[in-house]
Amino acid sequence: MRIAFLSDIHGNREALDACLAHTERRKADRLVFLGDLVGYGADPVYVVDRVREAMEKGALCILGNHDEAAARGVTTAMNDYARAALDWTFNTLDADARRFLQELPMRIEEDDRLYVHSEASAPLAWAYVTDVATAERSMRATSHRITFCGHVHKPQLYHMQPQRPPILFVPQARTPIPLIGNRKWLAVQGAVGQPRDQNPLAAYTIYDTDTNELSFHRVPYDIEAAAQKIHAASLPQILAARLFIGR
Amino acid sequence: MTHQLLQTGSTLDGFKIGEKIHSGGMATLWRVTKPGIDVPIVMKAPAILDGDDATIIVGFEMEMMILPRLSGVHVPKFYAVGDFARQPYLVMEYIQGKSLFSFIDRAPLPPEEVISLGAKVATALVDLHRQNVLHLDIKPSNIMLRESGEAALIDFGLSRHLLLPDLLEEEFRVPMGTGPYIAPEQIMKNRSDPRSDIYSLGVLLYYLATNVRPFGVPQAQSSLKTRLWRDPVPPRKLNPQIPPALQEIILRCLEVDPDQRYATPAQLAFDLANPSQAPLTERATRMERNSYFDAWRRWFASLGAEGGPQQPRSAQNNLAPIIMVAVDLSDDMEPLWDELRTNVKRILATMPGVRIACVNVLKLNRLTINYTLDESGRNVHVQRLVELKEWGRPLGLSQERITFHVIEHMDPAVALIDYAKMNHVDQVLIGARTTTTLRRLLGSTASQVVAEAPCTVTVVRAPVTSGAVILAADTEEARADSP
Repeated sequence: MRIAFLSDIHGNREALDACLAHTERRKADRLVFLGDLVGYGADPVYVVDRVREAMEKGALCILGNHDEAAARGVTTAMNDYARAALDWTFNTLDADARRFLQELPMRIEEDDRLYVHSEASAPLAWAYVTDVATAERSMRATSHRITFCGHVHKPQLYHMQPQRPPILFVPQARTPIPLIGNRKWLAVQGAVGQPRDQNPLAAYTIYDTDTNELSFHRVPYDIEAAAQKIHAASLPQILAARLFIGR
Repeated sequence: MTHQLLQTGSTLDGFKIGEKIHSGGMATLWRVTKPGIDVPIVMKAPAILDGDDATIIVGFEMEMMILPRLSGVHVPKFYAVGDFARQPYLVMEYIQGKSLFSFIDRAPLPPEEVISLGAKVATALVDLHRQNVLHLDIKPSNIMLRESGEAALIDFGLSRHLLLPDLLEEEFRVPMGTGPYIAPEQIMKNRSDPRSDIYSLGVLLYYLATNVRPFGVPQAQSSLKTRLWRDPVPPRKLNPQIPPALQEIILRCLEVDPDQRYATPAQLAFDLANPSQAPLTERATRMERNSYFDAWRRWFASLGAEGGPQQPRSAQNNLAPIIMVAVDLSDDMEPLWDELRTNVKRILATMPGVRIACVNVLKLNRLTINYTLDESGRNVHVQRLVELKEWGRPLGLSQERITFHVIEHMDPAVALIDYAKMNHVDQVLIGARTTTTLRRLLGSTASQVVAEAPCTVTVVRAPVTSGAVILAADTEEARADSP
């Protein structure tokens, strides 16, 4: 089975559509959304609809911190831009969509895999995996062989032997990586809707359970259109500008 | 870890386990059979361990990662892999042929044989590096010579795939490699330089040519480092039969600074295939190793310098290609000569490491026997070579960067294509006459080269009409595996 993992869409309709079309060309059998469907971008309603539609066909979806904040209207832990975007998102989503977001699970376990938005040790604390130490905290907290998460908007892959610290690998697009051996793996997804690794292309991955290979993909999309909608919605301008430079 | 599943007579995943043929410190090998596979195959499993020697496990993981991704005649064909959850194993082709290890007994080998073996191993490295894999443990026992003649590389337990995670990175408290053969940068904990394989091949050639290991058999990590400041005894001092060109090639492989070695195995293979064309420097005639004063100076400079994990250097080295220029010296092609040189200059301007091989085909008539002399008794071959060098002279390149080859052949296209294949050429520049309907129907040398060369071919044309601004080059991607 080929599973596509899409994280941190953040209301970016153009990026989501481009990635979903790409998953079809790459023959993904199922979709897993790793949270943060909304926040920042100008199309939260569309994104929620599209994800719900996919879930009716078997897709899975995890709760992200922006989904939680947008559903409940609680944005105290956010920076100014995020808060402005979430207040707007809260008002844009209808009650049904907010309820859908609020009911999303924090984590899903499937075979030897764990799906979570931020990391495994304390999902509700929304901690970031940014280095070997934070990766190790997550990897020690689960017995699952592979953890898939998002949240930091930078693609990273950590692998760890028993009794050893993890090692970071910065994946390159297109080369399938075998997740083999006597070790655990932590696959941090890049962002579909707001990449921050200085590469503006939308990021997602496909994991093939038969070959045990993980492929990181980068997909070009119409950034211009997504940015114009952010301006048109009077959202903070920086949320549009950063899409062009991937920061 | 136990091998309860692996016993002669038992069956694992459809593989019937036969005789145990090797039991070493790192791995055990069994002959196995499976219906549907009618070539000899072996199953390799990590050695049974008392303690938990991580290096053996991780080395096996590395091989599990790399071997299934390799293909071609220069590696064992991969059949199956078993995961750690039950029993880790790899099933691969059993290579029939001789281990290069068996050649050591006969060392010193005649220089021609050393050159020919070196060319085979360098060719295998070209193929491996093109698949983004560095071997990093090149030594006689890891090289097999197939019955068909090609060298095949085995044991990828210390190897590195440049696009995949380096599982051995964490094991890096000590240098990993084989003492006599390990490259200086590997000693300094860098596992990402393709030129490390060139160094180890240099050690191997030195040993085969002299029956002496250039740095002995180091027993301690401190003595491993000696090679960083003490040059080896020049091989010609140990074996005067060695021609200067071979000494040049060996000592260039053994340069401490990777930048001073061959940039790619293709460039090394090129010089081994054309030793008479190999550019000679001071290395060729050196008869003494560096002085103690120089060694002391280099030892002092090396203090405190230690690498560690590095960003991998591309194994492709796109800045050091071998460019073959097919130069037709017949009079009616003269308008093209400048255009061809202009195209070469464009490449030279962007790629400092490029090597230019100028090739001209001396067409043989199948009825002529004494072809080397023309009617007035001049040597045609020598005359051609002189003309070819004159064509290349305006490029102003030093002899390390340009070579000249006149090939005698009945079919120029076949000769050019073979040359490109044999010498791992990255790109061919070839002139073509202005296209006419007749030529299109009959085919030309250029079009056959475009169709059949194993690399990118650029067809260069002279301006079609005078006075017009024309860019007269078509580029055709003939390479099947271009990304």
